[in-house]
Amino acid sequence: MKRIPMLLAAAIALSALIWAETPLLINGAGATFPYPIYSKWFDVYKKNNTNLEFNYQSVGSGAGIRQVTDGTVDFGATDGPMNDEQLKAFQEKRGTGILHFPTVLGAVVPTYNVPGVSGALNFTPDALAGIYLGKITKWNDPAITSVNKGVNLPANDIVVVHRSDGSGTTYCWTDYLSKVSDEWKTKVGKGTSVNWPAGLGGKGNEGVTGQVKETPNSLGYVELIYAAQNNIPYGTVKNSSGAFVKADLNSVSEAAAGAAKEMPDDFRVSITNAPGKAAYPISTFTWLLIPEKIPDARKREAIKGFLSWMLADGQGYNEALTYAKLPKEVIEKEKKAINKIQ
Amino acid sequence: MTTATPTIHSAGPRVGSRSFLSQLRDGDEIARLVTFLFAASVVLVTVLLVLELWTNSALPRTKFGLHFFVTQVWDPIMNEYGALPFIYGTVMTSAIALLLAVPLGIGAAIFLAELAPARISDALQFFIDLLAAVPSVIYGLLGFFIIVPLMRTVIYPALNKPLGFMPMFKGPSYGVGFLTAGIVLAIMVIPYIISVSREVLLSVPRDQREAALALGSTRWESTWKIVVPFAKTGIMGSIFLALARALGETMAVTMVIGNTPKISASIFAPGYSIAAVIANEFTEATGDLYLQSLIELGLVLFLLTFILNGLARLLIIVTTQKGSGIAV
Repeated sequence: MKRIPMLLAAAIALSALIWAETPLLINGAGATFPYPIYSKWFDVYKKNNTNLEFNYQSVGSGAGIRQVTDGTVDFGATDGPMNDEQLKAFQEKRGTGILHFPTVLGAVVPTYNVPGVSGALNFTPDALAGIYLGKITKWNDPAITSVNKGVNLPANDIVVVHRSDGSGTTYCWTDYLSKVSDEWKTKVGKGTSVNWPAGLGGKGNEGVTGQVKETPNSLGYVELIYAAQNNIPYGTVKNSSGAFVKADLNSVSEAAAGAAKEMPDDFRVSITNAPGKAAYPISTFTWLLIPEKIPDARKREAIKGFLSWMLADGQGYNEALTYAKLPKEVIEKEKKAINKIQ
Repeated sequence: MTTATPTIHSAGPRVGSRSFLSQLRDGDEIARLVTFLFAASVVLVTVLLVLELWTNSALPRTKFGLHFFVTQVWDPIMNEYGALPFIYGTVMTSAIALLLAVPLGIGAAIFLAELAPARISDALQFFIDLLAAVPSVIYGLLGFFIIVPLMRTVIYPALNKPLGFMPMFKGPSYGVGFLTAGIVLAIMVIPYIISVSREVLLSVPRDQREAALALGSTRWESTWKIVVPFAKTGIMGSIFLALARALGETMAVTMVIGNTPKISASIFAPGYSIAAVIANEFTEATGDLYLQSLIELGLVLFLLTFILNGLARLLIIVTTQKGSGIAV
């Protein structure tokens, strides 16, 4: 009979040992666009912190916001910042605020298939807005030809292609169009899915690319990373300083640097049409969403630790995966914001 | 005398004198109960499904009411949602699919069941079953890379030039649209029609054919006038199956329909279907009204399937009143 308490004690001790050995699981869900860099980060970070396990599901920004609000995951991720209504919903449901942490930068580029045109076309904000509003319908419209001197543009109808699935790419594109065109702002607006005045929908970057490749005289938009990795030709866009800029890692970082000076404390900022001579105008941050109060001390420290690492060493992994780095000013500001997590 | 007669009504032979306990021992009652539960679970799942869709679409149901069915706008920014373009696209693509697939499928089934040698018939059946098992995304890719260009360069000019005066064949073609989606769906549902119809035709009693032949009819006459009418109900069943698959198909449709929530008379125009919009927008749907409107679309699809199946069944009852042999 004496054995039983001993066995019990041994079992408890053993389970405590196992408990300590089990890595702490941190769940996240959200945006698909930064998924490659996030999974790289989590993988590298785990190697140095073997007691941690990150589980990130790229279910889309909308689902990420929903899940972090419902408390089914520890953190969310989104390509478009949460709006005031969503912040309020979070506050009401969880009794605490949520913090946005920019992680990497992305951009959206116009891609096209015009028979006889091989070089990069120039696009003005007015031309892009006009085409997507369905007002500019021919490739030889003065709005396009006037900035593409020497290119022989046909008198064919433009086939407009957009994303059919809700996406951060669409958010960035429509956010930009809303900034450069009042008509777009009032008629259509910005969002992950909108009521398109013109065009066909393709599913995913690959769907839009396929549609553009298959359809002569078409114009679509895709993520810069996708275009770069698949060697898809894309055009330049006129920025707010009047220069035609081609999207690349530098011009995207430039856009973030331009916006960094007026960075609000909650980091919810759009960097489309950002100031700066070399800034590419259709750029965006992507954010991690972290609750302000994390009751579980181990989780809190783990998340804070990861954020600090991501802002320092983590940024070194960006360019290999064709994500643009965060500007220094933003990193400094974010480091301070980490202390807000309690 | 037998106080312990089971309460479940039995369709099988009644076993009056044996007590409930002895039946239980023999396993009859257990088997009946277990299989009854299995059968009931189908009903339960359906009921739960409708209930779930119903409760999770409360917001748009109270906000839009029946307007949801007639509104043509789908605007997540202004929070205005209407199902009409999606209903139209779903019905239109399924109708085109059936129009193409039914004659082809039934024709092929007749050949395989009645006219082809058994060895060829069995060999072909293997390929047909293989086709039925191909995932829909493969059909979508096939449609996107083969039928879409074909539509733009061959099918569209061939139909638009002579028939362009009719609204159905008017307008430009981008390759994607109702007709393209209908063709892809037709390719997907043909194996179902062939497979089921062939089985039904094969199970028509030999006497029927022999009697027809003995009365001096040709082989085709006995097939067309005796065997096919005999198997009518079963063939109709295969068409239901095809219709159900066409209505709910998601991936293949979204890749070739153009994903534009517009109602156009032209079959070359791009459109949208219910299943496609749910798949496209569900993950990124922010805001309760938006999400619940998508769920209500699911409810609409359920309703649509229900109504169309009901109509088809009614059609059968009306057309086969003289009575035919085999039902599926």
